[in-house]
Amino acid sequence: MIIVENLYFTYPNGVKALLGVNLKIEDGEFVAIMGQNGAGKTTLVKHMNGLLKPTRGRVLVDGVDTRRVSVAWLARKVGLVFQNPDHQLFSETVEEEISFALKNFGYDRKTIKRRVEWALKMLDLERYRKVSPFMLSGGERKRVALASVLAWDPKIIILDEPTIGQDYMQKEKLRQFILQLNQQGKTIIVVTHDVEFIAECNPRIILMKQGRIMVSGKAEEILTNEDLVKEASITLPEIAKLFKCLEGYGFPLNVIDAYKAAEIIYERLRSRNERI
Amino acid sequence: MSVFDGFKFRSTSSPIHKLDPRAKFIYVCALFAVAIIFNNIIPLLVLFLIQIPIVFRAKVQKEWMRSMKGSVVFAIMIFVVNLLSLHFYAGHEPLIYILERSSAMTIRFIVLVQSFSIFFLTTSPDILSLALEQSGVPYELCFAFTTAIRFVPVLAEEAQTIMDAQKARGLEIESGNFFRRIRNYIPILIPLIVNAIRRSLELAETMESRAWGACEKRTNLYMLKIKRNDLLLIIFSLVLLTVSIYVSIHVYIPSLASLLYTATV
Repeated sequence: MIIVENLYFTYPNGVKALLGVNLKIEDGEFVAIMGQNGAGKTTLVKHMNGLLKPTRGRVLVDGVDTRRVSVAWLARKVGLVFQNPDHQLFSETVEEEISFALKNFGYDRKTIKRRVEWALKMLDLERYRKVSPFMLSGGERKRVALASVLAWDPKIIILDEPTIGQDYMQKEKLRQFILQLNQQGKTIIVVTHDVEFIAECNPRIILMKQGRIMVSGKAEEILTNEDLVKEASITLPEIAKLFKCLEGYGFPLNVIDAYKAAEIIYERLRSRNERI
Repeated sequence: MSVFDGFKFRSTSSPIHKLDPRAKFIYVCALFAVAIIFNNIIPLLVLFLIQIPIVFRAKVQKEWMRSMKGSVVFAIMIFVVNLLSLHFYAGHEPLIYILERSSAMTIRFIVLVQSFSIFFLTTSPDILSLALEQSGVPYELCFAFTTAIRFVPVLAEEAQTIMDAQKARGLEIESGNFFRRIRNYIPILIPLIVNAIRRSLELAETMESRAWGACEKRTNLYMLKIKRNDLLLIIFSLVLLTVSIYVSIHVYIPSLASLLYTATV
């Protein structure tokens, strides 16, 4: 469980990135943090594994104040996958890249081998095991970065902009994968602008603006509220836009999922046909 | 990264900022030469002190302090090395002399850092490139030079992000013995270098696509002219240099210790 209490953070250059954030994320929750560029999303998640320490207020991870422990200690629980994979890839082979963190955490050889195999398989990277990460495409590098964090099986997984540079198929795979991890009881926190991606996942949404949390709640309530969405500099998901247009015909507004939308429309068509 | 801030151009308006970079460069060179000529503490202290009004006139005290703070570690190292080597090679001299000599060397280093800091804090990379160009350096080289300076903060920021990313993967940079610590920097240096190379290739492509080098002869909107203040600074630098050479050859400079000794007696 992550508890953020009255968190203020000012960067050394004087930029006030967070201005009093209060937040509670339960174990096993799936949360999406959204909002415009510079709203403080990445700054907030960097507090959750101790990379940044609060200027004021505090952050508790499973009851432990992040100021009192090292990043390496927290990282075992909280896996943070950075936005740009090029900021972390350095090994000669994908295999070594994935085992880097495992070695840092002092796992024995056998466990490392097992976990690397598991991560390679999970992210469909088996055929690249002996390839240099620098030879891979952008999307593949991103998956290697993800694999290198998932390998140590952290309880809380934070993904910073996971969908950037991924084609539709990969996004869909990623979505399935994230949902699967969530079902296994992992806490998932996603930082993103990708409204469509989030609409299909249907997590709890936290909207941020200028260092503060604007609102937090269910995806179907927040992502269908045009005013809120506009204020956070994102747009309505396409399904929500469609249902907004159909508002006058008595369609509900709080729909963001394509399958649910199809069901409602089908139901409507059927009842009309029956009447005729 | 605060040490870098001590050398990064600050865009403020001051008489020092307005000086021609060529004049400032001559001043820095003269100062360098003078600092090398003397190894007594008194002239070196004077050199250090005459630059302080310049710092305040240029309104860069805060940034200048950063460069000074950043050089403390090196200054201490220089002091210790001098102290030890003087102790072993000139051990017969009194301790006060050895201390004064080591301090002089340290102050010399600080003077060098200080003049560099003032030069870069008050000279914008663009103007500097312009000065180089007008001094006959090929434009390609000037451009490479300004680009290099311009990307220093970008690299510094990137290094920070990479460090964060690797720390998030359990890397403890400050752990282990000396060799272990050096090895700890490999996961940071490789992405940094690879990204720098990638970026330079991208930069080259974007520049080509914006017709870089299309004209044989480039013209500039702004031209640098030596003004009265620049001339004064150049004359001051030359006078300082000449006087220093004369003094170093013909005048005996007492040590601070002996001065203090005669004062107390």
